[in-house]
Amino acid sequence: MSPTTVKPRRPLPTPPVAASPFPYNPGSLLSCQDLTLEALSHLLARATALENQDPLTRSRILAKRRIALLFYESSTRTRTSFELAAKGLGADTTLVSSLSSSIEKGESLKDTGLTLRALGAEAIILRHNSSGAPWLLEAETHLPVLNAGDGMHEHPTQALLDLRTMLAHLRPGIESITAETLAGVTVTITGDILHSRVARSNMMLLPRLGARVILCGPRELLPDVAAQAGPGIEVERDFEAALAQSQVAMMLRIQAERLAGLQLDLEEYKAAYQLTGQRLAELAPKALVLHPGPIIRGLELTADVADGPQSAILEQVKNGVAIRMAVVERALTANDEGGRA
Amino acid sequence: MTALVIRGGHLIDPAAGVDLPKDILLKDGRVADIAGPGKLKATNGAEVLDATGLVVAPGLIDMHVHLREPGQCHKETIATGTAAAAAGGFTSVAAMPNTTPVNDSPETTRWMQAPERGAVVRVFPIAAATRCSKGETINDYAALKAAGAVAVSDDGLPILKDGVMRETLAAAARVGLTVIQHAEDTRITQTPEKVASMNAGATSFKLGLRGWPSEAESAIVERDIRLVAGLRETRAHLHVAHISTAAAIAAVRQARRNGLRVTCEVTPHHFLLTDEHVGFYNTHAKMCPPLRSAADRDALIEALLDGVIDAIATDHAPHAVHEKEVEFERAPNGIIGLETALGLSLRWLHKEWKMPLGRVLSFLSAQPAALLGLKNRGTLTEGSYADVVVFDPKAEWTYRASEGKSKSRNTPFDGFAMQGKVRWTISEGRVAYSAEGA
Repeated sequence: MSPTTVKPRRPLPTPPVAASPFPYNPGSLLSCQDLTLEALSHLLARATALENQDPLTRSRILAKRRIALLFYESSTRTRTSFELAAKGLGADTTLVSSLSSSIEKGESLKDTGLTLRALGAEAIILRHNSSGAPWLLEAETHLPVLNAGDGMHEHPTQALLDLRTMLAHLRPGIESITAETLAGVTVTITGDILHSRVARSNMMLLPRLGARVILCGPRELLPDVAAQAGPGIEVERDFEAALAQSQVAMMLRIQAERLAGLQLDLEEYKAAYQLTGQRLAELAPKALVLHPGPIIRGLELTADVADGPQSAILEQVKNGVAIRMAVVERALTANDEGGRA
Repeated sequence: MTALVIRGGHLIDPAAGVDLPKDILLKDGRVADIAGPGKLKATNGAEVLDATGLVVAPGLIDMHVHLREPGQCHKETIATGTAAAAAGGFTSVAAMPNTTPVNDSPETTRWMQAPERGAVVRVFPIAAATRCSKGETINDYAALKAAGAVAVSDDGLPILKDGVMRETLAAAARVGLTVIQHAEDTRITQTPEKVASMNAGATSFKLGLRGWPSEAESAIVERDIRLVAGLRETRAHLHVAHISTAAAIAAVRQARRNGLRVTCEVTPHHFLLTDEHVGFYNTHAKMCPPLRSAADRDALIEALLDGVIDAIATDHAPHAVHEKEVEFERAPNGIIGLETALGLSLRWLHKEWKMPLGRVLSFLSAQPAALLGLKNRGTLTEGSYADVVVFDPKAEWTYRASEGKSKSRNTPFDGFAMQGKVRWTISEGRVAYSAEGA
């Protein structure tokens, strides 16, 4: 317990962080961070090609291949569009949801994954309420795992379809993307950032293409530390100031199911952060309005904005099918291309 | 009992200020004689261990382990846990009471020390501070001490209520026991709706995991220090378990300046790793308290170097493979550490950060012995217990969890480079581990 003459010499070496072993399977899409810009360009190009292809020709691409959809949370658009995408390519799909399966009997994610693999599933599309679950499933099965949303963490296909929507409006006709494709574009993401996997996937992806991302919301839903999540990310508490700088306004739902006891005054929230027709006309009359859904009309945005000419909300949904066709195709063909990411 | 001679080694006994080539004679469980090389008398019939080129030091003492017995023997038993301890150079381990049932009675305290448990090194139970570790009613410390308890703690949980903690400190001081606090304000980290599973910061935000802020540790440490200050005349002794934050270190540093009996321990994982080592949801990097920020980790290193930290303890916390192969938020807290503490401490504290070998060993033997009041342990002088570790200080090796003696494999250090290989561990004169037999 005696003091000593040893003086700290800075900086002292410490054990390095090991390189990530993920993804184990080149067909997996766990996070957009796993995709190079080249791979992103390829996916976007395939989405367009598949969308325009004759349905009968398209349905031979993955004819009779087996894909499992494993859903631990309810979902309308993500589940349906993944299912339509897989079926559009000719694959057989099966849905396993946490209710009405052995998950209810206490079967672990690992065992459920191994069971699906034994049943012949060649890829698993996973929606899970725990952040990181797709990484666990991929490590245990080594199958292509497509992350359809994990807890508060990521929702990579949503970010890809958002990107496709933005490019169609802001960079029409663009062939391949680079680190400058979205230079000069400011995207403001507003609302419940803390609990949003959509926000995380977008804030990590868009700056890689040169966009500036502004995160906006009250402290309870947007901690200051969010600005340190990566380069090109800023926090702005004043919604109107953020909106005035934006070419894209992405609105998020308040996630009541993840608020975990947090008390929020919804009237105050609406006064500060609701996207109204008036705010949009005054501050961002040309901005594209996006929302990952489900929308709560009259809370994060008003009905006239949701249905208005600047809204691309239903276009996002439509783009979801095209993007997911490209992602599902990649899942089952990445191995054939010599591990192309 | 047969006698044992350790010949040709270099004795490092920081408590006695010895750092010289010495031969040692062990007899009847005690150190019988220490002499210069070749100078021992009365070694007839003694078994000889050739320690040429090796360091001979007091057996290591881990003041914070979870042996999981009674009640959780699929994770570890007293026999397997002490075998792991011996392989890591430890001759004494202090076992936390969060077993099933909780060790809050003299009966369980005695049961854990019974020869039938098959311990190969000494087990010193730490008894629960409160009934069932619920933080409400304090236990009978005099009876627990008489049964062999060396400290009291509700480890795994904090003693949250001010009044109960104050009473715990006062009652423990009356019988001369240390209170070991698991400093976690669970009102912040564990509400019914959300349980934090890693350090709060940029990394937890990015991973979408609920964070455990450093204030949840420092607030309890600061509160406890105020209570100790109020009990100054009683010589109450607060020991902070597995300290992990710069703010808690600052509080302990100030308490020491004020002359209070406040001590703390740090684990190798907290002084080496940061929350970035969680990687992509590695449940072997999930423990409580969690791996912290680089700034916290640097403050821990500084506190080790300048002596504010008193001991290195492992918080050895075994869990079965299937228990850790789950979603990060659902995985239990804790990692094993008995077989890596010496190798990591020598690799980093000694080799990289240039701390003298004797000082490193002091954190792992002399100082924990003093904190727990273990007499005649943590030193090798004539008459002290024959608890000895003999190791090659230069040997570099790679740790493989699958080759360990522990029943469990949950460690973030699998594949890490280690320095210093244990050749023999001798517990009260008996060889508890020998690398040759491994």
